[in-house]
Amino acid sequence: MVRRSPITNMFAGSPVKPLQEHMGKVHECVKTLVPFFKAVIEKDYSQVAVLQQEIHRTEVEADDMKHELRIHLPNSLFMPMPRERILDIVLNQDRMANKAKEIAGVINGRKMELPDEISELMGLYVASCVSASRQAKRIINELDELIEVGFRGREVNSVEEMINDLDKIEYETDKLESQINNALFVIEKSMDPIDAVFLYRVIRGVGEVADIAQRVGSRLELLLAR
Amino acid sequence: MDILVSNSTILIGMAVAFGLFMAWGIGANDVANAMGTSVGSKALTFKQAVIIAAIFECAGAVLAGGEVTKTIRKGIVDVSSLGSTPELLVYGMLASLLAAGIWLMVATRMGWPVSTTHSIVGAIVGFGAVGIGMEAVQWGKVGTIALSWVTSPLLAGAIGFALFRSIQKLIIDTDDPLGKAKKYVPYYIFLVGFIIAMVTLLKGLKHVGVNLPFEQNMIYAVAIGMIFAFIGTVMIKRLKFDAKADKKFHFTNMEKIFGVLMIFTAIAMAFAHGSNDVANAIGPVAAVVSIVQSAGEITAKSATPIWILILGGAGIIFGLVTYGHKVIATVGSGITELTPSRGFAATLAAATTVVFASGTGLPISTTHTLVGAVLGVGLARGIGALNIGVIQTIFLSWIVTLPAGAILSIFFFFTFKGFFS
Repeated sequence: MVRRSPITNMFAGSPVKPLQEHMGKVHECVKTLVPFFKAVIEKDYSQVAVLQQEIHRTEVEADDMKHELRIHLPNSLFMPMPRERILDIVLNQDRMANKAKEIAGVINGRKMELPDEISELMGLYVASCVSASRQAKRIINELDELIEVGFRGREVNSVEEMINDLDKIEYETDKLESQINNALFVIEKSMDPIDAVFLYRVIRGVGEVADIAQRVGSRLELLLAR
Repeated sequence: MDILVSNSTILIGMAVAFGLFMAWGIGANDVANAMGTSVGSKALTFKQAVIIAAIFECAGAVLAGGEVTKTIRKGIVDVSSLGSTPELLVYGMLASLLAAGIWLMVATRMGWPVSTTHSIVGAIVGFGAVGIGMEAVQWGKVGTIALSWVTSPLLAGAIGFALFRSIQKLIIDTDDPLGKAKKYVPYYIFLVGFIIAMVTLLKGLKHVGVNLPFEQNMIYAVAIGMIFAFIGTVMIKRLKFDAKADKKFHFTNMEKIFGVLMIFTAIAMAFAHGSNDVANAIGPVAAVVSIVQSAGEITAKSATPIWILILGGAGIIFGLVTYGHKVIATVGSGITELTPSRGFAATLAAATTVVFASGTGLPISTTHTLVGAVLGVGLARGIGALNIGVIQTIFLSWIVTLPAGAILSIFFFFTFKGFFS
């Protein structure tokens, strides 16, 4: 006859850990883009297919974690951050993985090839996008520290600095994106038009992963503003 | 009168048996809520929690439980109104004990969040109003008690908020949380010892026959606080810190120091709980024993015999050993989000509130007070997520428990009355 004590019932389970775990999974998915693009550049299509599967798998796992987190976030929770904000952050985290899956799916499905003229830039660009994702993960990992300090003082400043760094990374990624676009524009006439269109789409997709990573950071920044 | 004399052994035997039953219930279930935060924040293993609970629940009951026992005994039902029928009070108190004990058992089995305090107060008011008469109940006092059920969680919440903000200011939000924790935590430990000692000395000890002037009490309380702080400092010195642990979570080592503090707060909580809730079981026993032994003379002045206080403590330990350790483990493992710094703020806030209530003789619910304290820390944005649906269940438990205790007690009252006369 163990009774559910009101004290136990009170601690409904903080969404912070699940949120961080979700971000961890998302980053695992996103960072696979680096070996994935390496394989594409090396035209190793069996490896491309393997890594596409890997990206797909981690995206599905992240998706499950997202659902799990949402289910355990009832309305009656009293949290140091608004519930909507948490749901918003998890949604954006999830979009990063979705984007990565989309990119990998298109490239593998069409057995796309990267023109040699842009392959080096592309490697840098993807790496930059992954470091945006890594920075977003670091920021989300500060959330338990923020709760420890009650969203006040020094810790807030250091998280704000991390968010600034994320903005810088995103800005660098943007610059690389326009460089690639310019380089591709020069050679697009020599390419199959449909391939060129899809290549532009892939380039935008990679940029979007960084954009959304930045959005994760800015959503968290809103928690600090209160 | 004759009824009391001829049945004195049976009546006292029943009172002791029902009182033990009630104390067992408190030890088995209630203590888990008081100790849960300490186990949950991993400051104590649950074995340590059981040992601390056993010692300090008993100490709290004996040293500081007198005032609340007095309230339960003769604060709710006006004993002077009984005049020539003192046996009614005996039946009523027996009925109340049985009613509250049974109600607690049923409710626990059904998983309803009920409070021992509310059950027994409801039961006593019930038999008093119906069995003896409306005018026999001291409604003013009952009103004060009911009011304290609202104010105690609020007060604990405010103290919890203030304590947690003070930790944030002094320790957490600084360049060197670890160093600051080493520096300030002994002061908090002093505070724990001082508050407990002060309330006990001022309010509790006269029931054990010790009565000292205020200044002397002050000196003793400061001395006890300093002894606590010294022991704590030694324990902190012996801690080993791992700089690597702070990489993953920057406050891991600082929280270790709060773990030491939490041991003292757990002691305070067990003491506070013992001083307030044990009275629920032994107050009625004391009432029965004093009337029966004085053969019907309702002596308003008599103090609670120590053996009855010890009886309550023993019942609680029995409950803990037979059953409570399981419940403590369950409650403790359910509270995983609580770090020692928050656990400390919440527990000390609750313990302080309860111990003050004990000093003023108000029977309050330790569990509800703790819920208020935890919410206070939550309001300072210190806890990841709290389920405020719990507040609803607390209101519900008031609405259900008071009449349930009253109705059962009225039923048993008339049963006993019919049986003995």
